[in-house]
Amino acid sequence: MAGSTPASLSADAPRVGAAAPRKSRPVTPAREAWRRFRRHRLAVASGIVLIVMFAAVALGPIIWPVPINDIDFAAKLQGPSWAHPLGTDDLGQDLLARLLYGGRISLAVGLAAMVVAVVVGILVGALAGMSSGRVDAVLMWLTDLFLSLPQLPLLLLVIYLFRDTMKGIFGVEGGAFVLIVVVIGGLRWMPVARLVRAQFLSLREKEFVEAARALGASKTRQVVQHILPNALGPVIVAGTIDVAAAIIAESTLSFLGLGFPSDVPTWGSVLRDAKDYLDIAPHWALFPGAAIFLAVLAINFIGDGLRDALDPRRVL
Amino acid sequence: MRSTRAESSDASVCVAEPLLDIRGLKTWFKTDDGMVRAVDGVDLHIDRGETLGVVGESGCGKTVTARSVLKLIDMPPGRFEDGEILWQGRNLIPLEQAEMNKIRAREIAIIFQEPMTSLNPVYTVGDQIAEVIELHQKLSRKQALVGAAEMLRLVNIPHPQRRVHDYPHQFSGGMRQRVMIAMALSCQPKLLIADEPTTALDVTIQAQILELMQEMKDKFGMAIMLITHAMGVVAETCQRVTVMYAGKVVEEAPVEALFGNPRHPYTQGLIRSIPRVDRAAEKKQRLEAIAGTVPSLLDPPPGCRFASRCKHAMEVCTRAMPPLKEVGPGHFVRCVL
Repeated sequence: MAGSTPASLSADAPRVGAAAPRKSRPVTPAREAWRRFRRHRLAVASGIVLIVMFAAVALGPIIWPVPINDIDFAAKLQGPSWAHPLGTDDLGQDLLARLLYGGRISLAVGLAAMVVAVVVGILVGALAGMSSGRVDAVLMWLTDLFLSLPQLPLLLLVIYLFRDTMKGIFGVEGGAFVLIVVVIGGLRWMPVARLVRAQFLSLREKEFVEAARALGASKTRQVVQHILPNALGPVIVAGTIDVAAAIIAESTLSFLGLGFPSDVPTWGSVLRDAKDYLDIAPHWALFPGAAIFLAVLAINFIGDGLRDALDPRRVL
Repeated sequence: MRSTRAESSDASVCVAEPLLDIRGLKTWFKTDDGMVRAVDGVDLHIDRGETLGVVGESGCGKTVTARSVLKLIDMPPGRFEDGEILWQGRNLIPLEQAEMNKIRAREIAIIFQEPMTSLNPVYTVGDQIAEVIELHQKLSRKQALVGAAEMLRLVNIPHPQRRVHDYPHQFSGGMRQRVMIAMALSCQPKLLIADEPTTALDVTIQAQILELMQEMKDKFGMAIMLITHAMGVVAETCQRVTVMYAGKVVEEAPVEALFGNPRHPYTQGLIRSIPRVDRAAEKKQRLEAIAGTVPSLLDPPPGCRFASRCKHAMEVCTRAMPPLKEVGPGHFVRCVL
């Protein structure tokens, strides 16, 4: 060992020299992830599509100021034209205006339900992952229980039972929104919880968590500062997929007439109204269907891209 | 920095009690097969400013002893069956985790074997060092980051001002171990426990890290508990050595006495099993190894734990565990020979 000391000092010299002329910008994990994400062409394209969609539903009603419930029987069931770029429905209402307005609700429901699912999932998963033994077992039973419930009948039941109560508290549209978000999010947290628990189980044994503990970090600090940020990658990916699933779930509910009140257009409810006219006015069903399809597809591709970008083990 | 120097000079005045005094520590683990007696009655002490080597082969309880000191043992399955860990006269065993958090890093710090995974990949090294400083010294983030850069400079990382903003993946293994040392020393602890700090590093870097630890020890006047299985490392860096075997201390001696006159057959075996390039070349000699493996720590039989592998084992060895007896100044051995 004694003999190796002088040799080692010279051995370190080139290492130091190599480290010195480095690029000036620090490689943050976020920047690294962005570099990886950009390589995923479909994800980038999907990102652009999604941004355009968000911009359209946010700003659309200003640029296309046609009222959503302007009834004009003279122009009912028309195909696309300059006056009505996406055609009209059976009451002669402008479909573009209705889809722009409906997109707000559909996307908002999707995002809000995702947030509910992710927050609940992280809470349950983190709690289960940190507390081994009985608490973990009970929480995982609960997760399995929720996973085994038939979702659609339960959705219908819950909405049927609580619709009027929620209407009383948050108003007609607000009540429907809160109820749908809570119900969809409340039935979609289980995969996130399992994911987070699995991540926590492996991360909490990692040396850097032990090092933090050895240096006096409290349990909360270990979880919030050290474990959670490392577990977020897969959760973000699962979250994007949840957005897509929630949009579809909302469409399903609207299609079954259990979502928002029937005069409020959402992509799902427009689709439902169109179903009786499929043979005479196919455009009516086509456009909301395409909107759902495009949004869900784009979000799934983004999820794919994020998975590649956030998984440091993948070499890209 | 200023406060440390004051503290260390204070410390050198009163040397009546050892810094750390472990008495009869038993850390056992409950498993499905029974109780694993990983640490089964360990006595060791570390004085202020000295380097104690703890050696022994894998699974002999070195690491469990070290983690017990900082109470990093998961309970359950682990539990302190018996014994005391006296830190400056205060028993750490009954302390709550919150109390321990005040001692960790501030008074006792630890560095681990694996520098590659001991740093959190999502934060810059500066943030991680600053977190420790912030936590214990109640400084603002900005001040803590200045302190972090200062620590990086102390552990000889070039361009510390810039490197504080780098992430762990931008450092090599040896550099990361330096960062770990910087982190452990950022609150100027009185004792640094180094749990095989160089095992995962290549030989040239090992020497640098050991040298750095020595340097830091001199600078801050702290004590080091160096856990290793490399006898060469011990010979170079330690003043005293404790040899552990199967959860027990089998020999304790000043480093010269241990290498000059090893008394326990296990210690003798350990020293003989150091590869010697010069000798092997001359005599075409095979590297000596200690035959057999460490006995199971599940309900070990009475008697000397090394008896089954010992060349000199006698009938008496299997009957009762021999006590530690003094065979020279500060030289204790647990053997009937």
